[in-house]
Amino acid sequence: MKIAVLSGKGGTGKTAVSVSLAALIPGSQYVDCDVEEPNGYIFLRPRIGKSISVELLVPTVDVQKCTGCGLCARVCQFNAIAVVRGKVLVFPEICHYCGACTIACPEGAIKEVPRQIGVVEISQDGAFIHGRLNTGESTGVPIVDELKRNLKEDAHPILDCPPGVSCSVVHAIEGCDYCILVTEPTPFGLYDLEIAVKLMERMGIPFGVVTNKASEGVDLIDEFCEKRGIDVLVKLPFSVEVAKAYSQGILPIDVDDEWRARLALLYEKVKRGSNK
Amino acid sequence: MKQVVFISGKGGTGKSTVVSSLSLIVHNKMMADCDVETPNLHILIKGESIERRDYFGGKKAVIDYSVCMQCGRCWQVCRFGAISKKLEVLPMKCEGCGVCALVCPCNAIRLDDEKTGEVYVSSTDRGTFSYALLDIGGEGSGKLVTEVRKSAEGQCKGEEWLLIDGSPGIGCPVIASITGADAVVAVTEPTMSGLSDLERVLDVARHFGIPAFVCINKYDLNPEITEQIERFCQQNGFPVIGKIPFDPAIVEALKNFKTPVEAGNVEFTDEVVKLWHRLVDELKKLTV
Ligand code: SF4
Ligand code: SF4
Ligand code: SF4
Ligand code: SF4
Repeated sequence: MKIAVLSGKGGTGKTAVSVSLAALIPGSQYVDCDVEEPNGYIFLRPRIGKSISVELLVPTVDVQKCTGCGLCARVCQFNAIAVVRGKVLVFPEICHYCGACTIACPEGAIKEVPRQIGVVEISQDGAFIHGRLNTGESTGVPIVDELKRNLKEDAHPILDCPPGVSCSVVHAIEGCDYCILVTEPTPFGLYDLEIAVKLMERMGIPFGVVTNKASEGVDLIDEFCEKRGIDVLVKLPFSVEVAKAYSQGILPIDVDDEWRARLALLYEKVKRGSNK
Repeated sequence: MKQVVFISGKGGTGKSTVVSSLSLIVHNKMMADCDVETPNLHILIKGESIERRDYFGGKKAVIDYSVCMQCGRCWQVCRFGAISKKLEVLPMKCEGCGVCALVCPCNAIRLDDEKTGEVYVSSTDRGTFSYALLDIGGEGSGKLVTEVRKSAEGQCKGEEWLLIDGSPGIGCPVIASITGADAVVAVTEPTMSGLSDLERVLDVARHFGIPAFVCINKYDLNPEITEQIERFCQQNGFPVIGKIPFDPAIVEALKNFKTPVEAGNVEFTDEVVKLWHRLVDELKKLTV
């Protein structure tokens, strides 16, 4: 069973929930798909055993063969290659590694060479895996794809997704059996949740909501979910203890029994609600 | 017009709260929300819409089956797995690169413009405000961010400042929200992850040569890490221009759709006013 944990925005406690679940479920695999800002390692302190370089093919031009005809620049949909005064310039950061220019070049002057955009690191025991995008790169999607190729299907992968609802999130949750949407009981949290719910409906994955930093009583998240027939799986109380532990890289379930109990309950509910 | 972008690496550090509060403090300014995936500022800054338009930020391949002879070349060359074996284009995966159209022997494939979001400009009692909403799973959020900034610039009537709520992360959208800006303010929290995120966003700001400053929110939650952040900033030449204490009343105010400034939170308001003055002073130093 593949569980994805996501939230409309970062900072809702998505990572706190993911790492706690990973620590709680025996034999699970924690997968940090937030490749722009991977944080899970701070809590799970893995010993990295293997590192995979994630590389994409970018065009390089053989100046001997190039006639400066400009066809490559005309077919590129992303303005990642330009011909200036007969000389070809490639802008690797915005290149989408699609290969159009190479196919289009009538002189066979373009060769594609691998270029690193980030890494995927796997712990010695295989229970932890994360990716990291290099600074200045524009898309983390290929790193998410590489992470997905390294999932241990039998080990309950828990995917800590990137914030937002862009294509990297779509790539991360694709094929997952259940999505946990983490939110906060504020107007911001509600707005972001509504957007995340739209994504769920589009993808057709079973999902439920976790309200973090909840106070007693019915809040605006409960009201929204009630109206839309969405499960509020558990509510995690705001606790200064948890916030402090989190700030020090300590797992919330190690300092707060309430958190531990509610996350165990969360796992039970997810098992019941998932595809598998 | 000077452009100041507030970024945070990860969301949830209180960046939008700071920007919406500043919108009540700074005079003669415009505002823009460059978090196009989950814009939040418009929840706190209500106004009258003066512009709303669709944004076409991408292209999608469309196959004309009346011409297609099912050779499968397009399926073979697409590097994004966006053409299925049954020769259907999968819109969520298509990047609009056009390789399929390039190789199709029958000219059966064309690229259509695709709507990927909406741009809004509204007039508010605090000034003109632009923002956008990217469609779910949408592509080209960086370009949409640029569009939001252009919309604000296009409405400029001699305002002195543009306050920008930046995009999260360190990728394309955040690069688009800071390029050409006059200053970046990184809002962070004293957590281990906050520090590593901060280092990464400041790295981006430095990469693009934009003066960067730091504001530590909830600084009293973890004094040791706050100290660590301050040391890091000092060693690397990033002035810390604000330290905001943790206060549960801030969230309570937000629950009622109010910025802490409107809710009469004196301590918070003072700190944000100070932050702004320090920023203005630092920027003056840079121009002499
Ligand atoms: S298409 Fe080939 S020959 Fe023409 S400018 Fe580009 S690299 Fe040179
Ligand atoms: S590989 Fe694609 S995106 Fe990159 S330069 Fe060539 S045509 Fe442009
Ligand atoms: S436009 Fe590019 S991504 Fe889209 S189907 Fe064609 S080859 Fe694939
Ligand atoms: S390349 Fe053109 S003709 Fe061949 S399968 Fe694709 S659309 Fe049809």
